[in-house]
Amino acid sequence: MSSTGLTTNGNIATGAASLADSTDFAADPASSTFFAADLKKYGDLKNMLESNKDQLKLEAMKRIIGMIAKGKDASELFPSVVKNVVSKNIEIKKLVYAYLIRYAEEQQDLALLSISTFQRALKDPNQLIRANALRVLSSIRVPVIVPIMMLAIRDCSSDMSPYVRKSAALAIPKLYSLDDEQKEQLVEVIDKLLGDKTTLVIGSAVCAFDEVCPERDDLIHKNYRRLCQILMDIEEWGQVSIINTLTRYARTQFADPNGGEEGEEKNGGEKFYEDDDEDVKPVSKKPIVDNDLRLLLRSVKPLLQSRNSAVVMAVIQLYVHVAPRTEMTANIKPMIRLLRSHREIQSVVLSNIATLAAKPEQKALLVPHLKAFFVRSSDPTHIKLQKLEILTNLASEGTIGIILREFQAYISSSDRELIASTIQAIGRCAMTISEVTETCLNGLVNLLSNRDDNVVGESVCVIRKLLQLNPTAHKDIIKHLAKLVETVQVPMAKASILWLIGEYCEQVPTIAPDVLRLAVKTFPKEENIVKLQILNLAAKLLTVNPQQTSLLAVYAFNLAKYDVNYDIRDRSRFLKALVMPGHIGSGDDGIDGSTFSSMAHQILMATKPAPVLESRFKERMEFQMGTLSHFLNIRTSGYQDLPDFPPESLPSSVRDVALPPEPERKQSPTKTNRILSPSKTKKADKFYSDEEQSEEEEDEDEDTDEEDEEDSDESNTDESEEEGPDEEGDQKKQSGKVQKVNGKPKQGKDDEQDESGEDETSESEEDDETSDEESSMSEDEKKKVDTKPKVSIATAPKPAVDTNSPNPVKKVPEKTVPTQKVPEKQRESSKVQAVDLLLDFDGDMSSSAPLMSAMQPLSHPASSSSGKSQSTTTVTLPPVYVPTKSYEVLSASSNGGFGVSYRYPRRPFMFSGKMVAIEFMFDNTSDQTFSNIRVVRKKLPGRVEAQDFHEIGTLEGGKVAHATMGVDFADTTQSISIVVGHGDYEYEVTLKPRMGELLRPIAMSRSEFDKNKSSLSGLNENQSSVDVPVKLQTEAGLTNAVLEVANVAPIAVKDETADVESSKTLRFAGQTLSSGSPVMVTTVLRGSKASVIVNCEKAMVGSLVLQEIKDFLAKFR
Amino acid sequence: MIHSFFILNSSGDVFMEKHWKSVIHRSICDYFFEAQKKHRNLEEIPPVIHTPHHYLISVHRSNLFFIGVVTKECPPLYVIEILHRIVDIFEDYFGDSKETTIKEHFVVVYQLLDEILDNGYPLATESNILKELIRPPTFLRNLQNTVTGSSNVASTLPTGQLSNVPWRRLGVKYTNNEAYFDVIEEVDAIIDKSGGVVSAEIQGYIDSVMKLSGVPDLQLSFMNARIFDDVSFHPCVRFKRWESDRLLSFIPPDGHFRLMSYHIGTSSLVPIPIFIRHNIHFKQGTSGKVDITVGQKQTMGRPVEDVKIDIPLPKSCINCSLTPNQGKFSYDSVTRIGVWDVGRIDPQKLPNIRGTVQFSSTSNSPEANPVLGVHFKVEQVAMSGLRVNRLDVIGEKYKPFKGVKYQTKAGLFQVRT
Repeated sequence: MSSTGLTTNGNIATGAASLADSTDFAADPASSTFFAADLKKYGDLKNMLESNKDQLKLEAMKRIIGMIAKGKDASELFPSVVKNVVSKNIEIKKLVYAYLIRYAEEQQDLALLSISTFQRALKDPNQLIRANALRVLSSIRVPVIVPIMMLAIRDCSSDMSPYVRKSAALAIPKLYSLDDEQKEQLVEVIDKLLGDKTTLVIGSAVCAFDEVCPERDDLIHKNYRRLCQILMDIEEWGQVSIINTLTRYARTQFADPNGGEEGEEKNGGEKFYEDDDEDVKPVSKKPIVDNDLRLLLRSVKPLLQSRNSAVVMAVIQLYVHVAPRTEMTANIKPMIRLLRSHREIQSVVLSNIATLAAKPEQKALLVPHLKAFFVRSSDPTHIKLQKLEILTNLASEGTIGIILREFQAYISSSDRELIASTIQAIGRCAMTISEVTETCLNGLVNLLSNRDDNVVGESVCVIRKLLQLNPTAHKDIIKHLAKLVETVQVPMAKASILWLIGEYCEQVPTIAPDVLRLAVKTFPKEENIVKLQILNLAAKLLTVNPQQTSLLAVYAFNLAKYDVNYDIRDRSRFLKALVMPGHIGSGDDGIDGSTFSSMAHQILMATKPAPVLESRFKERMEFQMGTLSHFLNIRTSGYQDLPDFPPESLPSSVRDVALPPEPERKQSPTKTNRILSPSKTKKADKFYSDEEQSEEEEDEDEDTDEEDEEDSDESNTDESEEEGPDEEGDQKKQSGKVQKVNGKPKQGKDDEQDESGEDETSESEEDDETSDEESSMSEDEKKKVDTKPKVSIATAPKPAVDTNSPNPVKKVPEKTVPTQKVPEKQRESSKVQAVDLLLDFDGDMSSSAPLMSAMQPLSHPASSSSGKSQSTTTVTLPPVYVPTKSYEVLSASSNGGFGVSYRYPRRPFMFSGKMVAIEFMFDNTSDQTFSNIRVVRKKLPGRVEAQDFHEIGTLEGGKVAHATMGVDFADTTQSISIVVGHGDYEYEVTLKPRMGELLRPIAMSRSEFDKNKSSLSGLNENQSSVDVPVKLQTEAGLTNAVLEVANVAPIAVKDETADVESSKTLRFAGQTLSSGSPVMVTTVLRGSKASVIVNCEKAMVGSLVLQEIKDFLAKFR
Repeated sequence: MIHSFFILNSSGDVFMEKHWKSVIHRSICDYFFEAQKKHRNLEEIPPVIHTPHHYLISVHRSNLFFIGVVTKECPPLYVIEILHRIVDIFEDYFGDSKETTIKEHFVVVYQLLDEILDNGYPLATESNILKELIRPPTFLRNLQNTVTGSSNVASTLPTGQLSNVPWRRLGVKYTNNEAYFDVIEEVDAIIDKSGGVVSAEIQGYIDSVMKLSGVPDLQLSFMNARIFDDVSFHPCVRFKRWESDRLLSFIPPDGHFRLMSYHIGTSSLVPIPIFIRHNIHFKQGTSGKVDITVGQKQTMGRPVEDVKIDIPLPKSCINCSLTPNQGKFSYDSVTRIGVWDVGRIDPQKLPNIRGTVQFSSTSNSPEANPVLGVHFKVEQVAMSGLRVNRLDVIGEKYKPFKGVKYQTKAGLFQVRT
């Protein structure tokens, strides 16, 4: 934070002092003596690094970092430094990290020595250490470790700490720049991170998206509305990236809100509408703004008040490029505000304003702020010129008076460049506004008597251009100019006068020859540009008035013939041949020079079009505003043009987000007939709708989500709620009273939350350790676990790839799976070896460096067995309760009588234990017979696998057929889409699983349950208090409710003591299908309230199950 | 985004470099020096310089150039804003960002840069978070570290990083709870030859110093909140609240920060607290005449203090002898700027300066009249008439000591002659 603006001015004055100090390196403690830098001194540093005193090491590292900062080469010390990567002192460690990032690229082999340390740090219970390890690991630009980086990113992207996930998002562009073949996998990770719930992660995820796959609009679709809604709460840098991404997105998705009347740059669009019938046209004129676009525009608007100029500019360019033109009004003031900022910001903002000012439709908005662009003598020149440009563009009949008065002031300034530009600006005003042409011209003529040569010169040039508009009316001005030919010194001005006289010599027949006489006199001394014009003048006069001028002309041509400049010699030869054919021996070569010379008059004296003076900023319009390309007016590398609007908005349904199907809407158990058509269901599911009334609801949703996330790993949630998207609602409630409210009640609440927050973090840290131990079985062991099933089930669908698997490249060649299976496996194994090699350093290191082995016992021993045993000994139970609710995916009424719905029969699926069985019901309400009902193709995200159902031969009218399909959702609720077909018809249906169905009930004793539960506390615990509807306020009622939602088994409570409270405690156990992680649900009923606790190793699973239970209970309300 | 970062001093030395991606050799700065040579004034150097493969984006602060090198298209304001933020953080840490200061704290600077950006993208720019990660060096702490062996680098994640109020850290405790607000207004104006106001605007800031325990939620309301043309806020201010009720509701950061800045310009008439009568004639030839009088106008009864007038004289000026009837006059023959330090204006006896200026006879180019730069200060008045109404603390039990100070000063105040 800047100190109170009062002090900032002082720094400039002290600059002189710092100049004097620049030489005294010796007085600088950090650099002292060591920067004499010879080998012996390095030896000293080496000794310090190898000592066993942290203080010495730290000192040495500080000096080395000092050297790096100065740009001195410290690569020689690499071996000594890299050893200290295991240091326990966090400061040394960080300095070593900094060193590694700088030199790893140059010393790749040695850098590999450090990798195992990072791998270990990635499992550290401290989130800062995990995040730092990932940051450094991904910053080491050594191609060999790409697989390790990929694995680390994947792991960290599902880390429990949002900070680590943010680091993962930041690491993605690094890996991508190192090896772009990883794109496909990175895109998967990006997709996951874009859906992250915490605002901390999203900004970085969008950065990664921009860097890696900006073309993948489909990834934005489902996140679009959420991005818009949380934009306010994201950190400022993330806001810039998101707004820029959404600008591009909006250009590809929505029709032009200006109805294609964008003027010059949108010519295509204009034609499109003009071709339409007359009666269509008025409709197209009215701006039609897509609801989603409206949402975007509305959510970015408050950001105009950001203190960050980049955010403000991003919003402005968004409005310029995608908003209806009429809505620009609000954007002008913030831009004017930015003009008071630092010089650099001012310069960029002005260049953008200049572009706006050059657009006729935006001009009017800027006019009220005209005074903001008045030039101050203290402005740097380039800013002065930019302001001048803007003023010129804003000149109109109404404003020209003020502007000309300003220009007058500038002409008397002492800045030459400004004066010259001002004169040109006056010329431009004179040309565009016919009312003032005369005034300007007179003013310019007055300037001809100015004492400054440059002023005179510039004025002459501008006058010349103006005169071309209407030469006959300004004979006397031409005469006036002719008088100047002797005195004016500026070459360009002199050339202009000569050209003017030549061009209009017929109007001043008496003066012209005399001007030529004067000009020829000084010919040898003139600049080239003047010489050329003298020749021009001579030639022109020769055709018009040969009697008086032939001698002079010949003299001029002769002088030119011997000029040093070949251009002038050429010109003289050419003109001579044209106007004096007799002097050259023609006829020999068959070309008769006289043909040309007879036309000479027409050639030379043809009327020339008047020049058009245009804004320098006009051409910049092709660039997106606020970009580097726009500022520099060149195409920078990596610049992409904004896509044109599509002629029609693409369907907004792609942005609908299906929630995990809610258990809502009580349906009678036998009901398989449809109440809602698919489109309707979708609408109901739509998470972020535009309607105000639904906002309240959805805020609540968000709120609870946030709580789930944040309660567990954040220590101060109270403000988060204040700041969150629910603010509006909050305020509505409060606004009336708040001002008078005494702080007391709230205070109490705050304290409470603070404390609980702190407790929880400490808990979670402990817990991290335990879970870490579990997962830290040795890599070899892990590999065994992974590879075994792969070999045994050769024909069955591949089992889900364990995220811990050391081989992340596995899924790359997916399209060619069947043919390449064998080579792929070979490659896998070779990759595994490569990774092995790296991992082996672990052993090497520990044997060579005693320091490292000291680190290892921390996590290495096979402590995992205890954790493991649980899952191996579990007994799977048959489902306790089978819900009869079915979900319709295809309505028979709208699809020719072919209806599809599905339900979860909660049977184990026979092909694979990891798959959940889904029973499809195909309904034929038509009177035809459908044949060959089958799965045509399926679109599966990520690691999801599916086993098709058997084809159904025929389905007669009015009958219902059943088929069961197995899907391994890999413990996620990603929706899959399947194309189901009969005959030649194909229908795409989307299945969105519910987490509760992806479980299987298991038997567990009370003691086991308690043990597991206590080991899965902290982050793995999701807790929430819910209102229980009256009819479920019994034990049985609540049990049924839980079982309806989740496929778990209740745990018998026999050994209960007389505790009244606990008699209302219900426990359920299950495990996830895919990974077999135990899931424990506990409900404690207290009157009309119940607290539901879900414990699961996978935090995501836990929170989803909890959410589903909550939703189920909520719908009774 | 930002590939590399260099700090250059005005004598053409690259004395600090940091790379977030692969190393770009410091010779890239030669392009910058080339541009520097083209422009006599350091302020004239364009903020973005384009080289064949890189783009150098620079900011000029405390007589140093801070350069960010980018290789690809990116919003220039983004980079400029980051660079300024970096310098702000330096100033926050070390008190200033002069060359000697940076050199003195090379390692901390390097560590800071490592934390501020990752891979060239901003990671943590809130100084509260950074201060938890890397504690600012103080003499006392250095001493303590050498004795106890503890370090300045934190081993746990700063609490702010994960919270929705990243600007505030937890566990703030003060024995005296205080909240101060400085309302500072700068008057920007251009006055023409005849004394008419060409343009006048007010640029205002509310800078705050917060020494409040716990997590207080503050509400600040104004007597006349409608006068603002345009406002911008620290991220802590809840914008919706401002839109609906025109009051500032926020959980403040700890310590110094700029709560809000505002702009009052086109819509209302800005009172000018000072007037200047001048009579300046630079004639062709050898001498010119200068006569300037200063007086005060609408100041709501407060004296105008610290008045200073810059008189930039033409290049051909060889001597300048002006005598004031109040204050001091000094003339710098290198920059050719005469400064008249008036002090406080006494309405009874208006300060005046007069005398002659000699020009060298060799230069025949005539001289334009100078544009006077004016500085002044009026304490305890906000020229726009802005008043803070009240400050309420919600969420904490204590009653803090509250203070509001007003000040008006000259911003870019110029008088054309």
